[in-house]
Amino acid sequence: MSSYQELTARQRIPAIFDAGSFEEFLPPSERVASPHLAQLDAPVSFDDGVVVGRGQLEGRLVFGAAQEGGFMGGAVGEVHGAKLVGMLRRAIDENAHAVLLLLESGGVRLHEANAGLIAVSEVMRAMLDVRAAGIPVVAVVGGANGCFGGMGIAARCANAVIMSEEGRLAMSGPEVIETASGVEEFDSRDRALVWRTTGGKHRYLLGDCQVLVADESDAFRTAAIEAILEARGGEVRLTLDGLLAEQAMLARRLQDADGLAEPMEVWGKLGVPEPARVPMLEADAFLEMAGQYRATINNGAR
Amino acid sequence: MDWQLLATELFPGGHDVVENENFLSGTAQVDGQPVTVIGTTGHTPIGIEIALAQAQAILKTVQEHPGRPILILVDTQGQRLRHRDEMLGINSYMAHLGKCVDLARRQGHTVIGLVYDQALSGGFITSGLIASACYALPQSTIRVMGLPAMARITKVPEERLTELARDNPVFAPGPENYLRMGGLHGIWEGDLANQLVRALGEAGDEDRRMALGLARGGRLLAQPVAEAVRVGGHVRAA
Repeated sequence: MSSYQELTARQRIPAIFDAGSFEEFLPPSERVASPHLAQLDAPVSFDDGVVVGRGQLEGRLVFGAAQEGGFMGGAVGEVHGAKLVGMLRRAIDENAHAVLLLLESGGVRLHEANAGLIAVSEVMRAMLDVRAAGIPVVAVVGGANGCFGGMGIAARCANAVIMSEEGRLAMSGPEVIETASGVEEFDSRDRALVWRTTGGKHRYLLGDCQVLVADESDAFRTAAIEAILEARGGEVRLTLDGLLAEQAMLARRLQDADGLAEPMEVWGKLGVPEPARVPMLEADAFLEMAGQYRATINNGAR
Repeated sequence: MDWQLLATELFPGGHDVVENENFLSGTAQVDGQPVTVIGTTGHTPIGIEIALAQAQAILKTVQEHPGRPILILVDTQGQRLRHRDEMLGINSYMAHLGKCVDLARRQGHTVIGLVYDQALSGGFITSGLIASACYALPQSTIRVMGLPAMARITKVPEERLTELARDNPVFAPGPENYLRMGGLHGIWEGDLANQLVRALGEAGDEDRRMALGLARGGRLLAQPVAEAVRVGGHVRAA
């Protein structure tokens, strides 16, 4: 059993896709790097921190990307974003079975500030174009750098989000909040609080993550195959009914959490017995317990 | 710019837009046709409540007024930087807002974004930046982050960033830079009401921002890279 979290982007691709099936678009040998980093004396990477291409998943044509957390935290610059957009558009051209995004990113790459911001919004629109074409998009969040900023938003534009307990999904990182609003607002060194606030178990209980798996490559692969199957069995596109249900889920969450400041209180409000024990539970035991309490888009307005 | 003054200039045909805790909503008459107006004011941070309120107003328009255009007035200092917002999944609230805009667009509602004062990063990415087209007033500011904070995180000296921000569209906060990079379709000067009518008439379905950025010389690699990936001119087996 290999840890998914510890793999690089280039190791994750063959661990998730069928062996030997992945074909990379615009590989590093093409030497396409960021045009903005040199002026800041920052190093470049010939893949600009993302692998994009197409491969097979159980024999089906699946397009995909893997962000490299080891290069600028997986942050999105002009080239990085354009590679994602090009891959997403091609997935539509070639009528892919699905798109699988292995996300690990701090969001907009600040070294390319304005270009990065526009790029992330283009990625979101391209993801929704893919869904509008009836092709499901599945996001995987299990890297050490988590999935933050604009990419934290983009993840939630997918049909499903798969996480490990160790994965983190949010918008502003704890350090950013601590810097802006003080340590009493969010102590970024309190690792247990950071995980309770942004980690996979919390996101699963809230309904922002649809599948939680142990930190094993095989588990992610199996979950991805199942999530694609499930998405294709339902409505892949955005619909008014689907968004009204999401509106209800998010409104109920606000209502339920009124006056609550600590994730464990939120879990308690959902009905989870002994919330303090949740961080200690192994993945299987957690899933067994969480199934009956977690919010979902289907029970959001219950 | 004061939103009421803006509304007077934008909607000579009248409007009933009201403000409620920095959230703007209502209907305006534009060229004789009703337009849904939503937005924010007072540079307010976009927290989970205001994101959800904007989403609700868009869904209501889709439900009750099929095809009615939507104008999003943007003035925000960015996403709210609070533990509670993160705990409750502000990224999901932002994504929900973006998806509602996307749904509206695909169901035939032209959605126009207008940055009339400040736009910052997370408060902008799922409103103006996901609309059919986005415009700005000349005196507005659009940025990802203030230069001091950016210097701290990138470890690039602030003086260097300040210097770059003068002539480099990637760092400078003005709307002209977003125009050059294709992030904005245009900057409105003069008769705002006319500009709005024209924008509603011109908006298309496709995301053409990379092509605009290339044509305007502000973002030279995005379009060629996306195209190379798409047509596979440079593909090899990994």
